[in-house]
Amino acid sequence: MDDKGLTIWDKIKDSEIYFSFIKSPTAIVSSILLAIIFFCSFFVEFITPYNPFDPSSLSLMDAFTPPSWTSEGKVEFLLGTDGQGRDMLSTILYGSRISLIVGFSAILFSLILGVGLGLTAGFFGGKYEMIVMRLTDVQLTVPSILMALLVDGIARGIISRELHDEMAIYVLIFAIGISEWPQFARVSRAATLVEKNKDYVSASIIIGVSNFIVIFKHILPNIMRPVLVIGTIGLALAIIAEATLSFLGVGVPPTTPSLGTLIRLGNDFLFSGEWWITFFPAIFLVILAFSINLLGDWMRDTLNPKLKK
Amino acid sequence: MKYGYFIKILLAFFLAFAPTQTFAKTIKWSMQGDSLTLDPHAQNEGPTTQVSRQVYEALVTRGLDMKIGPQLATEWRTQGPNTWIFKLREDVKFSDGTPLTSEDVVFSILRAKQRTSDFKEYISTVSGVKAVNDYTVEITTSKPNPILLNQLSNIFIMSKKWCQENFAIAPQNWDAGQETIAATKALGTGPFRITLREPNTKTVFKKNMHWWGEMKDKKVTEINLLPIKNAATRVAALLSGEIDVVTDVPVQDLARIKNSPAHKVESTAQMRTIFLGMDQGADKLRTGNTGDNPFKKKAVRQALYQAIDIEAIKKKVMRGLSEPAGIITFPGVNGYTKELDKRLPYDVAAAKKLLADAGYPNGFEVELRCPNDRYVNDEAICTAVVGMLGKIGVKVNLFAQTKSKHFKELKDNQGDFYMLGWGVPTLDSHYVFHYLYESGASWNRVNFSNSDVDAAIRVMEGEVNLDKRNAAIAEAWKIVKDDISYLPLHHQVISWAAKKDVNVPIRPNNEPLFRFASFD
Repeated sequence: MDDKGLTIWDKIKDSEIYFSFIKSPTAIVSSILLAIIFFCSFFVEFITPYNPFDPSSLSLMDAFTPPSWTSEGKVEFLLGTDGQGRDMLSTILYGSRISLIVGFSAILFSLILGVGLGLTAGFFGGKYEMIVMRLTDVQLTVPSILMALLVDGIARGIISRELHDEMAIYVLIFAIGISEWPQFARVSRAATLVEKNKDYVSASIIIGVSNFIVIFKHILPNIMRPVLVIGTIGLALAIIAEATLSFLGVGVPPTTPSLGTLIRLGNDFLFSGEWWITFFPAIFLVILAFSINLLGDWMRDTLNPKLKK
Repeated sequence: MKYGYFIKILLAFFLAFAPTQTFAKTIKWSMQGDSLTLDPHAQNEGPTTQVSRQVYEALVTRGLDMKIGPQLATEWRTQGPNTWIFKLREDVKFSDGTPLTSEDVVFSILRAKQRTSDFKEYISTVSGVKAVNDYTVEITTSKPNPILLNQLSNIFIMSKKWCQENFAIAPQNWDAGQETIAATKALGTGPFRITLREPNTKTVFKKNMHWWGEMKDKKVTEINLLPIKNAATRVAALLSGEIDVVTDVPVQDLARIKNSPAHKVESTAQMRTIFLGMDQGADKLRTGNTGDNPFKKKAVRQALYQAIDIEAIKKKVMRGLSEPAGIITFPGVNGYTKELDKRLPYDVAAAKKLLADAGYPNGFEVELRCPNDRYVNDEAICTAVVGMLGKIGVKVNLFAQTKSKHFKELKDNQGDFYMLGWGVPTLDSHYVFHYLYESGASWNRVNFSNSDVDAAIRVMEGEVNLDKRNAAIAEAWKIVKDDISYLPLHHQVISWAAKKDVNVPIRPNNEPLFRFASFD
């Protein structure tokens, strides 16, 4: 108990992950970018004076104002306005909050589903394992965006129109989540197969610990490293999937646009020279996805001992 | 050696395809929506008629100058106040080679009068039609009808034999979603016949070899209609040369197309007025939150009217290409005056006060139904209206959908608050009153009912004294304008864009006539 006097901060500073983090400029840059994006998106009410989701606060006469640094731009609209007079910057931040919420929830949903199924399949084996794994095989043959489109289409059919706009975000989370789970199931099953033959697991089983405890207390923490890595990269994929679905017009409604919806709405004005309406949301999406991917890469390198030099 | 081989193949290809390149040309035509049905009597809607007009013909028709002229009938005269005699052309054949006789004309007019026809209002005064001989038709009206020719120019003539063989004696019941052979195939006497029909994807028109008339340019042998819903995609297709003619260029892209050296743009005031309707008949709004129907009060309707900043819509949404409207009719229509077309002033404070005085100080909630592929920037106009009405406290939820669903649900009486556009093919105010204002009329979805207006409509139908008739029209316009039964928005301006060497004359009713198309 010699580390009793140390604070948590000291413990973090002493850890291998921290060391690897401060030695990696890409990790530092991407996490700073992400921190800024997250902060701005979730505290957007305190950052911008506009609420683009409230149509009565907009003035149509402000529509199509170019970014502030161009000759026709106005100072109050830093990145210009769109066709309805919404300030682009605040619309993007409000939109990225929706994109992030959908992305996080979807990946959490597929993580719980995928790890739950993969872990139990690996642990119990037998027919159950076979069924689960064939299920993942079948689903891996269907491209995830098609799967998401299918789910969204079915949901449109069964949910009444009045409810659909409110339910759109949950449908989207479910659609993306259900299309991403097989990866988690595969990785966690493979890791479980390795872990379950280790001595500590055998020992627990011999002394009569219940399966439930063995799975969740002993095996789960030990397979979390690879799962977290694909989870981080999956988050970027989920955000892009959300943007794609919204771009295709099956995502969130235009009155409360996400990044993908914004890109779609701006697309109509691309030829007419109003480039900023589609350009800024697109570049924002690129930065967001790219930062998450870089962070995911760094995590993979750090958490996987085999890749260490 | 290998090189020579290649040249030979190239030469062979060139010789094989060269003739078709010079003599036969296809015009690829695009717009945002497609015809709803090929049955020429099932839907009275712009693009549907635009497609039917290439294939079917009427007794009389409007030429490029929009004046009524002969088509299937060569001459006509009246016999007494209620009887018209039409002499038919004798050299007309349907595209399957069977000749057109007066029996077909009688059949078609009766077909268009059936319950499932959307054109029955056009010829509601026609009380009898009979074949005098093979090429003479007699039409009797229930009262003197000064605008019968205008109305007949939209009644397309079908083949009786073909309809009987294809179970198409009655028009397709479009409102009930019926599918018929006549809705997917067409046999007419017009310059083109349809050889391929994939709704919303592709329609191929080939030249009708049996057509009696002369094409303006013999090189025009095939028209492909390729609807592209997305505005940017449509413009990209035009600029890349994939499409030759676009008949509804997005206003935001006009400058871009004008700058292209290979393309040209033409604009003209369209014969179409865009407006919003508010159901005044229902006791309770379907999508409201107040438990009653605020639209029953004129003050509420006026508040909405004055809350709409039409100049902002013109400037920002329509990019200057619209004419703000005070009534649902436009210059050139009998009965239109500049005086009537004046709008109430845009005044948010007055609108708020009207709303408060009417008992809705906190506004109310309602759903606005909009098409998103029918009129110029239809959805964007509706989005703008949502914001403007929000400023006086009326919370509007926008519901935009494709036109086929929009129109069907509107006719099903499902809309509280909706957008519609109205053209006047007959160029007479009667058409507007007959469809939009008469009690119980098919497109009177605001459920407006006024006995004085109904009486004036009867006068418009039966009065041959033009002064008296025009007085009735003026009186009716005054009543409906004062009542604010609809919220008029603007008269549309349409723009067509085409490749430099493709000439399709622009027409104010937005109907291309490809028989007048030519190549440079």
